[in-house]
Amino acid sequence: MFDVLAKIFKTGCLTGKVPPPDQTVIEFGTVCRKEIVRIFGKSLAIRMVDAGSCNGCELEIHALNNGFYDIERFGIHFVASPRHADLLLVTGPVARHMQAALKRTYEATPDPKLVIAMGDCGADGGEFGVSYASCGAVANVIPVDAVIRGCPPSPLQLLQGITELLRRR
Amino acid sequence: MISHAQLGWQCLSPDIESLVLLLNEAGIPAKAQNTLEGPAKVVAIDSGFWGKAAAVAAANRVRWCAVWGEHRPQEISILAALAGRDGHLLLQTLVSDRQGELPSQTPFFPAANRPERYLQDMFGIHFFDHPDQRRWIRHQAWQEGQYPLLKTFPPAGTPLDMTPPDCRYPFIPVEGDGVHEIPVGPVHAGIIEPGHFRFQAMGEDILSLEEHLGYVHKGIEKCAEGRDVWGLARLAGRVSGDSTVAHAWAACQACEAAVGISLPRRALVIRAILAERERIANHLGDIGACCNDVGFTFAQVQCSRLRELWQRQNSAVFGHRLLMDIVVPGGVNRDLNARRIDLLQKAIEQLRHELQDFLPLLYEYPSLQDRLRATGVLSLKKARSLGVLGFLARASGECWDLRRDAPYAPYEDMVITVPHTLEGDASGRLRIRGDEILVSLDLLEEMLKKLPAGDVMAEFPSVQRDCSGIGFVEGWRGEILAYVHLDVGGIVSRYFPRDPSWLNWPALEAMIEGVIVPDFPLCNKSVNGSYSGHDL
Repeated sequence: MFDVLAKIFKTGCLTGKVPPPDQTVIEFGTVCRKEIVRIFGKSLAIRMVDAGSCNGCELEIHALNNGFYDIERFGIHFVASPRHADLLLVTGPVARHMQAALKRTYEATPDPKLVIAMGDCGADGGEFGVSYASCGAVANVIPVDAVIRGCPPSPLQLLQGITELLRRR
Repeated sequence: MISHAQLGWQCLSPDIESLVLLLNEAGIPAKAQNTLEGPAKVVAIDSGFWGKAAAVAAANRVRWCAVWGEHRPQEISILAALAGRDGHLLLQTLVSDRQGELPSQTPFFPAANRPERYLQDMFGIHFFDHPDQRRWIRHQAWQEGQYPLLKTFPPAGTPLDMTPPDCRYPFIPVEGDGVHEIPVGPVHAGIIEPGHFRFQAMGEDILSLEEHLGYVHKGIEKCAEGRDVWGLARLAGRVSGDSTVAHAWAACQACEAAVGISLPRRALVIRAILAERERIANHLGDIGACCNDVGFTFAQVQCSRLRELWQRQNSAVFGHRLLMDIVVPGGVNRDLNARRIDLLQKAIEQLRHELQDFLPLLYEYPSLQDRLRATGVLSLKKARSLGVLGFLARASGECWDLRRDAPYAPYEDMVITVPHTLEGDASGRLRIRGDEILVSLDLLEEMLKKLPAGDVMAEFPSVQRDCSGIGFVEGWRGEILAYVHLDVGGIVSRYFPRDPSWLNWPALEAMIEGVIVPDFPLCNKSVNGSYSGHDL
């Protein structure tokens, strides 16, 4: 146990500042609900939904919780149920086998809510496009408020995108 | 005396030539084919002997690897891969593309169960004596009687605007007083891919678990048709994002074998450096996540720190945190210079130093090991019968490793240590991952020291004739197989990636008896099957 404590003290605090993005990393939907953003400004509960991704995006979302990015310092945390969520972070092209599950998750999320489509796949279907098995972009299935492109977007781009969405007035 | 555990069961398996003789002796004429390039022997057998050939193989300690199909109107060519002591044998046969029938290999190799049902759903082949006649990968996105991998099925399909949820999959219930059925998924509580688990539980004890996968089926194989080899490599790198290097490498190997080019040594060594770095990153993440699933967040914080440093090094040296799109047909599109090599070498020393105290701490920490030991035990017998791969197999005593047993360049002149244990529990699976990280660090050090000079890319020639190739790579989860068929002009007419998760997922069901429901997340993470790699 003392080994563990010693390691914790030795590791120290790793959290880095989040620089403002060099360019717009996040594309906003045509209707940006400013009131919602004002309400969520101090704390945000995110429900993550993988609608068909290759798992690359999930790895980078996991990284958001590590000591370097520490998304929780912004009052942002991931929740287990859509019922507890303010924002849905959706990855992947929407596989047709996940279409109903994604819609139900969206409908289960109480209003007011926001949706971010993450990654090139979430933006436009990526390498998988639209087919017998894929609906393509997340926006083809549920309303999307913002898109963060990348394959996958880095944790920093995710953090910049989410915090930028919340800063918008 | 070298023990079986050191050499693995494969030392008792026949070599490929002997296996062909065994088939002949059993009355199965097996005609050698030379239409497929790559490190595997292909024999054609009559479709009536399909099951019997599997029986012969199973009786002779052969490992079953994969089965896939290819539509060549009016026939479907079926290929099944088997592994002997020194490499792979592919059985090939033909059936009609209208209600084609084949005897099942599942009675002899349980590993064939879902892959055959996948063939049923995608090609319409009927395995008439298959013990499980339920659909597998088809949910509600296409109808019974429609077969997406037939050439006559259009890539766009005929889907509805809204695909209904798949509520009617007939799970096998357990009946009795006090038995509860617990459905979990497809959307899971954490940051994880989707899939469905149906538990039959009595109180906290799990009586049985049934997986229902296919939720992230994206039609990767159909999507590959019509691409050039560069587009194929990009797609292959996204079959399973955490195995992007290994899948892209296997696909490129298949393309390169098909056209008959050899790569400069430097390119191959850099590919191996990428693959070992990918192995280490995933093992670091998994160790932390397994510990986190039993509430030991200290390990999660340390492992995620180490993984973050590792990914930042990937970005600094190779330009991508997950190393996507660096392995391309003909070689790699990024070279190493003195500064980058120095960075990589320092990274090895740093990680080795960190793990020196950290790993033993985990292995001995009483409250952590109390949760991990004896949880989710996969016996050697079950591991062998299911044909599981990678660290999952090694943690139960089955130590196949392509880098040692059927080496592909540049591993053929390296000594590969394959850690293994007979514990078979979550603790063993964690320990094997830790050991594999240390082995990979040694391999990386060796490769960086002996990096040959030269080019990192060979020109990929224009494709003059119809050709096909196969590639094998030991990914971090285990053996990956990739089959590619190129038309004249180098356009992909068939791509089949066999992710190791195909064989590892059933192990989760096999290990769950006696496990309590709260230990399920640990068991699931300690197996860590890929959903996307499985569903395609």
